[in-house]
Amino acid sequence: MSKYTEDDLREELKTKEYEYGFYTDIKSETFPVGLNEDVVRAISMKKEEPQWMTDWRLEAFRVWQEMEEPEWANVHYEKPDFQNISYYSAPNSKPKYDSLDEVDPELLATFAKLGISLDEQKKLSGVAMDVVVDSVSVATTFKKTLGEKGIIFCPISEAIREYPELVKKYLGTIVPQKDNFYAALNAAVFSDGSFCYIPKGVKCPMELSTYFRINQAGTGQFERTLVIADEGSYVSYLEGCTAPSRDENQLHAAVVELIALDDAEIKYSTVQNWYPGNAEGKGGVFNFVTKRGLCEKNAKISWTQVETGSAVTWKYPSCILKGDNSIGEFYSIAVTNNYQQADTGTKMIHLGNNTKSTIISKGISAGKSHNSYRGLVQVSPRAQNARNFSQCDSLLMGNDCGAHTFPYIEVKNKTAQVEHEATTSKIGEDQLFYCNQRGIDTEKAIALIVNGFSKEVLNNLPMEFAVEAQKLLEISLEGSVG
Amino acid sequence: MLKIKDLHASVEGKPILNGINLEVKTGEVHAIMGPNGSGKSTLASVIAGKEEYEVTKGEIILENEDIEELSAEERAHNGIFLSFQYPIEIPGVSVTNFIKTAINETRKAKGLGDMPAKDMLKMIREKSELLEIDRKFLSRSLNEGFSGGEKKRNEVFQMAMLEPKLAILDETDSGLDIDALRIVANGVNKLKSKDNAVIVITHYQRLLEYIVPDVVHVLYEGRIVKSGGKELAHELEEKGYDWIKEEVNA
Repeated sequence: MSKYTEDDLREELKTKEYEYGFYTDIKSETFPVGLNEDVVRAISMKKEEPQWMTDWRLEAFRVWQEMEEPEWANVHYEKPDFQNISYYSAPNSKPKYDSLDEVDPELLATFAKLGISLDEQKKLSGVAMDVVVDSVSVATTFKKTLGEKGIIFCPISEAIREYPELVKKYLGTIVPQKDNFYAALNAAVFSDGSFCYIPKGVKCPMELSTYFRINQAGTGQFERTLVIADEGSYVSYLEGCTAPSRDENQLHAAVVELIALDDAEIKYSTVQNWYPGNAEGKGGVFNFVTKRGLCEKNAKISWTQVETGSAVTWKYPSCILKGDNSIGEFYSIAVTNNYQQADTGTKMIHLGNNTKSTIISKGISAGKSHNSYRGLVQVSPRAQNARNFSQCDSLLMGNDCGAHTFPYIEVKNKTAQVEHEATTSKIGEDQLFYCNQRGIDTEKAIALIVNGFSKEVLNNLPMEFAVEAQKLLEISLEGSVG
Repeated sequence: MLKIKDLHASVEGKPILNGINLEVKTGEVHAIMGPNGSGKSTLASVIAGKEEYEVTKGEIILENEDIEELSAEERAHNGIFLSFQYPIEIPGVSVTNFIKTAINETRKAKGLGDMPAKDMLKMIREKSELLEIDRKFLSRSLNEGFSGGEKKRNEVFQMAMLEPKLAILDETDSGLDIDALRIVANGVNKLKSKDNAVIVITHYQRLLEYIVPDVVHVLYEGRIVKSGGKELAHELEEKGYDWIKEEVNA
């Protein structure tokens, strides 16, 4: 798929090592490789952060140094050398190309299939752009509408400067610095990310998707997102992009924290399509993400994810159902092809009374890939009448791939009702012949079967995004059978 | 319409069809009968182009075109329809969505654009009425949890929507009670015209009470060993297949 191999990456990392002297050039666009307290301080300084933030990062870094990279996931990869990575690279680096003609035609063909506009294509593939009147004005209009409602939506670096009280109050409360190896790393070195605050009783009038997509196509390696929905508010947040992202960073470790206060609702949808490596399993992004949300009384958090990219995915968007009557939902489609590996699922922690959770996981494996669902449903001793329903379905294509399910259920209260259903099926010759006989060719038939299989999850995505995600599934599985 | 000449086919190296000769003219209904394992379903699959079946000798000609090299979907685009003995399930894909895809893919192959939604709806309404199909049925996942009768009715509904030139009904009567059988047979009769042809593959004579064949063939050990009018079906019903076997082996 791409010409960008691991060797290229290594080569590039090597050259960067010698590109800049470190102490002399804090203003440079890219830091030299390596991680120590000075690098952490430099990142904080670069971001013009207050002292408390620098201290917070350093605390995380010290914890991280004592930690071991986890090995329990059902994935196998060569561990990154954390001293051989550059931890800061300015997001708005120079455009890579002068016009679309210089961009890999295969990439453009994929954009066309996804129906992405020319302007967006330019943005996504790193082509220099003239001022695009449309997107600028759209963004401005959005900002105005959001501002009128008191909604804050900005880069987290800006929030640290402009809204320190809010950030201080919530940052790290859901995913603490020492939560896990990657979360600690992220806390120490996160470059940027998004901050969103919805005031009491406000229903965010738009999907934060469109805005996000236009403005933040080139996101960083260590993203940090914090979404706070104050009492009685609602927000639908969309992360990622269906367009293939040729990110040059091999390691991604993001952290997302969601806080839904009493009676609030957060709907968080993700489409992840990072470079999965080539057909031989070379290259590709390692995606180690920690996503967690907290529900106060009567609150609801719903995670929907479509994961098609990355060479290795390690990701468990979770809900802590702390408040009584709170609801957690997890809807996931994970596609792996060629040599991709995904270990993904969720944790539903029932603490409050009458808490409810739903887990619908659809794993699709093709090629020589491995796809694991790992989920925890935990009901604490004091949580009365907790309910969970889990459904994990796996679809296999061909004979060389694997689907694995690791459900963990810990129930410490007798009033709980926990249901778990799991199925495994395979796209068979007979299914394909049936479709062929009706005039539907094999590729289209696979798309039809896969979309049918994924329907319950696709239905939870915002409409326009669902259509794109559907096309993305087709593209991800192209050539996987036959 | 269809001419089959000295057709030999095998699956996994094992010969199943050993020299079939068959000619079906436009407007005709042919029945193919025979004992279990005689190669009836194989013949249907070979005509439809199932890959696992290897044609080792002979020709299949549809409207003067040798279709041997065509893929299953190309044969479908050329007007061949197979009503499956065991229709498969596709969870999450509605009957409507499936047939819409089938129609539009066929149109695409012919260089046409998608059928306008309005026309599609109209056609679905007409054909479902013709086959006494409840509209709710059309929103269900394809064949998932369908009864035997519903599956077969769904096959005939698809046939109605795709308007094939040659329809092959493979054991459409199996698993049907008498009411379902009548509905399915009535549907087929309504779709029959002087411009298309039907091959009915069946083990029993009872379907042929409703879909009356012009010609009846008996298949045995991969060959058509006897052909006749509809009275041949009655004879088989009365006497079974043993006398045919004896005749062949004599």
